[in-house]
Amino acid sequence: MVENRPLYTWLSHAVLIAGVVLVFFPIYVALIASTHDLRTIQTANMGLLPGPHFWRNYSTAWTQGSDISGATPVWYMMLNSLVMALVITVLKIAISLLSAFAIVYFRFPFRMGFFWLIFITLMLPVEVRILPTYEVVARLGMLDSYAGLTIPLVASATATFLFRQFFMTVPDELAEAARIDGAGPLKFFRDMLLPLSMTNVAALFVILFIYGWNQYLWPLLITDDLETVVIGINRMLAVGDGQVNWPVVMATTIMAMIPPVFVVLLMQRWFVKGLIETEK
Amino acid sequence: MEKRVVFRSASLPYLLVLPQIAITLIFFIWPALQAISSSFYREDAFGLSRDFVWLQNFERLFADAAYLASMQTTAVFSLGVAALSMGVALVFATMADHVIRGATAYKTLLIWPYAVAPAVAGVLWLFMFAPTVGIVSFALGQIGIDWNIRTDGDDAMLLVIVAAAWKQISYNFLFFLAGLQSIPKSLIEAAAIDGAGPGKRFWTIVFPLLSPTTFFLLVINVVYAFFDTFGIIHSITDGGPGSPGATNILVFKVFSDGFIALNLGSSAAQSVILMAIVITLTVVQFRYIEKKVHY
Repeated sequence: MVENRPLYTWLSHAVLIAGVVLVFFPIYVALIASTHDLRTIQTANMGLLPGPHFWRNYSTAWTQGSDISGATPVWYMMLNSLVMALVITVLKIAISLLSAFAIVYFRFPFRMGFFWLIFITLMLPVEVRILPTYEVVARLGMLDSYAGLTIPLVASATATFLFRQFFMTVPDELAEAARIDGAGPLKFFRDMLLPLSMTNVAALFVILFIYGWNQYLWPLLITDDLETVVIGINRMLAVGDGQVNWPVVMATTIMAMIPPVFVVLLMQRWFVKGLIETEK
Repeated sequence: MEKRVVFRSASLPYLLVLPQIAITLIFFIWPALQAISSSFYREDAFGLSRDFVWLQNFERLFADAAYLASMQTTAVFSLGVAALSMGVALVFATMADHVIRGATAYKTLLIWPYAVAPAVAGVLWLFMFAPTVGIVSFALGQIGIDWNIRTDGDDAMLLVIVAAAWKQISYNFLFFLAGLQSIPKSLIEAAAIDGAGPGKRFWTIVFPLLSPTTFFLLVINVVYAFFDTFGIIHSITDGGPGSPGATNILVFKVFSDGFIALNLGSSAAQSVILMAIVITLTVVQFRYIEKKVHY
C-alpha cells in the first residue's frame, strides 16, 4: 500500500462486498427458487428464504427431468455433458501437443503452411459457418452421436500456439542429450517433453473443460436424443410461458453449474495461468 | 525463432500433424469455402434448383431493413456489454488492488461466473426478470416500473446486455487486476509523495498505463459479444420481441435465417460478412499483441 487511508480502504471493502453480492445474487435466487413449489413461484413473491421442497425438486430433476412424460432425466444429460467436455478437452490437448511437437522439432516441407492453416481456425468459429459444417457432419453420418458432438470442435489453434511457445523455451540441450543417448523423437516426446508440459496441460484442461461443458449452438444443431444439460435446460423452457416448471428448471441450472464451477475453483491457479497465457 | 536441434524423419512429422490438419480441413476450411461459394448462389429451400447470382445476396442483404437493424442491434449490444462489464470490472480490480487483507478471497469469489455457460446465465437472469414469475420484475412493478421483456424491446435489450456483461466481469477483472499489479509501485509512490490523492493518481498514472490492457479487453469483449452470446439471446429473448427482433444480433440472425427460415443464400452471405468481421478483429488483436511486447 502506498499510504494509509482508512476511509479509502473501507470503501474498497464495501465496493468489493457489494460486487460479490451482486455477482452471487442470480445464483442465490436460483438456489432459493429450487426449494419452493411451482405455486409459490407463480405468485412472484417467493421471498428470499428457502422453502421446504429442496429434495423433491432435485430428485424430480435428477431422475425424470421436467415432469412432462418422455422428458430426459438430468443424470443422463449430465453424463452427456461430461463425456462431451472430457472428450473435447482430451482430444484438443492431445492433437495440439502432437502438432506443436512436429512444428517445433522437425523441418519438413509445408511446415509453416500447416502452421498458418491451424492459425486460420482462430478466425472461423462455429457461428460463422453453421450451415455448411452441419451439412458436412450430416453427410458423414455423425448427427446425434458423440463423434459429431465432439470431433468437429477439437482443432485448436490456441492450444497449439501455447504448446509451440512452451516448446521453444525448452533448452536445446535436452533434445541433444536425448539424441546422443539414442532416444528417438517419440521417446523424447513421451519421456521428456510431456512431463515438462504438465503445468500447461493443467492450465488448458480448465479452460477447455469449461469450453466443452458450456457448448450450446453446436449441440443444439446436431443432437436430438443426446441432450447435454445446457441444452436440456433450454428445452425445459420451451413449453410456453405459463407451464414452465421453474423449481425443477432452477434445480437443473444449479446442477449444471456445479462441475465447471468446481473445476475452476479447484484448479484456480492453473485457470488464471491458462486464461492469461492462451490470450498471448 | 527456430530450434537449432531437430529430429530427422521423412514421414513422422506428417503423421503428427495429421489429426489436427484433417479436422481443420474437413470441419473448418471446407465449410468456410462452402459458405463463401454458396453466398454467390440462390437456392430454393429444397435444394432442387441453384442459380449463380453474383453478389445479389449481398446487395439484397444491405438493402434489407431487417439486416441493417440487426447490425445496429449488434453494435448497441456489443458496446453495451463491453462498456458495462469492463467498467464494473475495472472498479472491482482497482479496489482489489488497493486492499491487502482478503484480496485473494475477493478474487476467488469474483472469478467463478466465467465457468457458467452463456445459455445458463441467460436462464438465471430470465428467471429474475420474467414477466409474471420474476421476483425482480415483480419488485419493479411494485414501485411502478413496468418491466416486460416480452413486449418492450429496450427492456429486453437491457436484460441481455446485463446477463452477458455479468458473465464477462470475471474475465475482465482478472486481466485488469494483472494489469494493475504490473504497474511499478514506485510511480504511484512518487505521485503520492507529490501530494496526488487516489483519484488523481488513477486518472493521471494508472489509467494511461493500463490502456494496452483496456484496448486488448475491448477487442476481446466485442468478440465475446458478437460470437459467444448466442446462448444468452436464445434462452432469454429468442431474438425478439417484435419484428425485426429487438435483440436479433447478427449471429442469431444467421442461425434463424439458415435453420428456421431456410434462406440458404442469404444465410451464407451473412456468414461471409461475419467471417470478415472476425478476421478484422483477430488481426487487430494480434497487431496489438506485437506492440505490447515493447510496452
